[in-house]
Amino acid sequence: MKAQEDVLLEIQDLSIEYRTKRGKLQAVFEASLSIGYGQSVAVIGESGCGKTTLATSIVQMLSRNAAISSGTVLFRKKGEEGVVLNHLNEKEMRKLRWSNIVMMFQASQSSFNPVTKIQTQFIDTALAHDPHADIQEVLKRSKELLELVYLDSDTALNAYPHELSGGMKQRTLIALSLLLDPQLVILDEPTTALDLITQKKILHLLNSLRSSKGFSMMFITHDLGIVTQLADRVVTMYAGAVVENAPTKAFFSDPQHPYSKGLLKAIPSLDASFEQLYSIPGSTPDLVEKIKGCLFAPRCEFAFDRCTKEVPQLRKVGQDRWAACHLLKEVSDVTH
Amino acid sequence: MSLIEIHDLHKSFHNRKAGGVDILRSIDLTMQVGETVCVVGESGCGKTTLGKILAGLQEYSGGSFTYKGEEVSALRKEQWKTFRKDVQMIHQNPYESLNPTQMVFDMIAAPIRRHKKIRDFDALYAEVVRLLEMVGLTPVEDFIDKYPANLSGGQRQRVSIARVLSMDPKFIVVDEATSMIDTSLRISLLATLKKIQDELGVAYLYITHDLALGRYFAWGQRLAVMYLGQIVELGPTEGMIEDPHHPYTKAILSAGRVEDKDSYDLKGVDIPSFRQIPQGCSLSPRCPEMIAGLCDVTVPKLLEVGSDRFVSCHLYGQRDEPSMAEKARQGQR
Repeated sequence: MKAQEDVLLEIQDLSIEYRTKRGKLQAVFEASLSIGYGQSVAVIGESGCGKTTLATSIVQMLSRNAAISSGTVLFRKKGEEGVVLNHLNEKEMRKLRWSNIVMMFQASQSSFNPVTKIQTQFIDTALAHDPHADIQEVLKRSKELLELVYLDSDTALNAYPHELSGGMKQRTLIALSLLLDPQLVILDEPTTALDLITQKKILHLLNSLRSSKGFSMMFITHDLGIVTQLADRVVTMYAGAVVENAPTKAFFSDPQHPYSKGLLKAIPSLDASFEQLYSIPGSTPDLVEKIKGCLFAPRCEFAFDRCTKEVPQLRKVGQDRWAACHLLKEVSDVTH
Repeated sequence: MSLIEIHDLHKSFHNRKAGGVDILRSIDLTMQVGETVCVVGESGCGKTTLGKILAGLQEYSGGSFTYKGEEVSALRKEQWKTFRKDVQMIHQNPYESLNPTQMVFDMIAAPIRRHKKIRDFDALYAEVVRLLEMVGLTPVEDFIDKYPANLSGGQRQRVSIARVLSMDPKFIVVDEATSMIDTSLRISLLATLKKIQDELGVAYLYITHDLALGRYFAWGQRLAVMYLGQIVELGPTEGMIEDPHHPYTKAILSAGRVEDKDSYDLKGVDIPSFRQIPQGCSLSPRCPEMIAGLCDVTVPKLLEVGSDRFVSCHLYGQRDEPSMAEKARQGQR
C-alpha cells in the first residue's frame, strides 16, 4: 500500500488456521498490511481477533497446532532483496530473529531466565548471533542501552530478574531487544502489566528510541489510548480479518468501518460525555463455524442482504486508507 | 447508620525476610446504603486486599470495620451468616470463577436452595428465571441449561452477577469485573450493574485501575484514589476528575488523558516496594511539589478540604496557615 521500495514488511493475503478438536479454526483470514521504514503501525482489536497470531506468524513462532495456509510475509531490509519469511527454514529464520526482527510477547516481564543475571542474558544474546563477539564490547553497549531506558546500568546488569520490578524488567527487555540493532520491533500488548504512570514513561521512551534508532515498530493492543501516542497507522482487525487500515489521526477523527466506529464509542474517556457511549450488541463469532458473508454482519446495525452473502474485500475508501465494508464506495486510485 | 464504616484499618502480611509487611495503612471509609465508591490505584496498591477485607474474605490486622454498626471481627454464628449473605463479591476472572461442570441453572439455584430453603422446583425455577432476566441474559431459555464453556466472557460475568444477586446482597465488591471482557461489551455490563443498583439499592465498591471506566461507573457518586496502601484522595467523582488535588491523582489523570497539554509528571519511574515505604508522605520521593523538611518527615493525614472531599497531602490544609497552592487556588476562584 506504499511504494514498494519504502516497505520493510509486507503481509499479503495471509491466512492462518489452528487445528482444534472441534475442527479448523480460521484465526487469520486473508490479512494484508505493510510497514514502512521507521513507521509505527498499531494493530487493534478485541481478544480473539487474531492480532497476536498475525504478529507471531511474522517471527514464525506459531504454536504447533497452527499453520499458515496461504499468503506471504515479505521482509525487505533497506537496499536488499526481500525474503519471504514463511518460506525460510528454521535455521535461516533463527538468524533473523532478534538481530533483524524482535518480538516482545505479552507479559514479557516473565521472558527472562530467572536463574541467571541480566548481564549473562545480554552476553548470551550477543554470542548466539556472533560467537566471536567481544564480551567487553557487548557489556559496554548493554550499559549504554540500559542508561537509555533510565536504568542504573551496573545495578541492572548485576541483578537477577526477580530483583527488578515489572516496569524495570520491561525496560530491561526493551534495552535487550535493541542490542543487535533490529529493523523491526514487534510488541504484543507492551503496557498491559504496567500501571498508568510507568506506561506513560515507557511510551515516551519507545517514541524517542524509534526516532533516534530509526527502527520500525508494530504493536498490538486493545488500549486505544496508547495508539494515538505511539502509532502512525492503525490496522483494525475483527474475527481474523483486517477491516480497516488508516492513518492514526484520520482513524480517530473519522473511522469508516462500522466495527471501528462501534469500538471507538465503546471506550469511555476521561473527558467525553457518556451519551455517545455504548456497547456493540452481540458477541464475537465462533471462528470454527463457517460464516457466510461479512463476519461483523450479525452485530452490525447497517447490515443489508449483500452483507450476509458476500465477504467484503479491503478497498481504498479515501486518501491513504482502506476498509472492508459493502457500505463504503471504492475511490479510484489517483495517487499511483 | 452507615452501611459500612471502617476506621484506621490496617492489614499486614507476614513475610519471612521483612517481618510484617503493611499492605493497608490507616484506611478510613464510610459507605451508605445504595452508594457506589470506586477505588482506583495501580497494581499492588492494596485495592484488592481492601475489597477482600470488606467482603469478609480476609481478616484485618488493626482498626475497626463495622457493618450496620457491628464490628465484623466480633460477628458470630447467625450474625456472621447474615453478614456473609449481605456482602458479596464479583471476581475479576469469569473464566475461573464458575464451575465448568455445572449448568447455569444449578449454579444459581444452589445458593437459593441452601440459604432461602426453597425446595419446590417450580418456585426455584421461577426465581432463577427472575435473576437471569435481571442481569439481561434473555431469552432465558437460551441460557438456563448452558454450561460455562458455551458462554462468552460477558455472559459468564452476568451469570456470576445473577448468582451473587440470589442472596439479596446489600453490598457487593466488584473487583475489576470488566477487565477480562471484550472492550466492546464492557459498558453494557456496567450499565446492567447500575440498573440493578437503581432497582435494588445495593452498594458497590468498584475496584479498577481504569480511571475512565471508574469515572463512568461512579459518576454522581464517589471516587477513592489509593497509593501504597493508603487512600490519598476521596471525594465526589466529578470534582475529583475535573479538579484533582493530590499530586498522585493529578499524575494518574494526566497519564490517562490522551492529549494532555500541561502534563503533570512524577519523578522516577518505579513505585517503591512495600518493604521500604518512604518516610513521611509515601509519595514524597516522587512528588514534584514536595516540601523538603515537611513531606519527607511527617505523614499527612486524610483531612476534609471541601464538601465531602478528603485529601492527604501537606499542600492542603495540613499546616495552620493555608499553603501556597491553596492560596493560588483561592485566587483563581
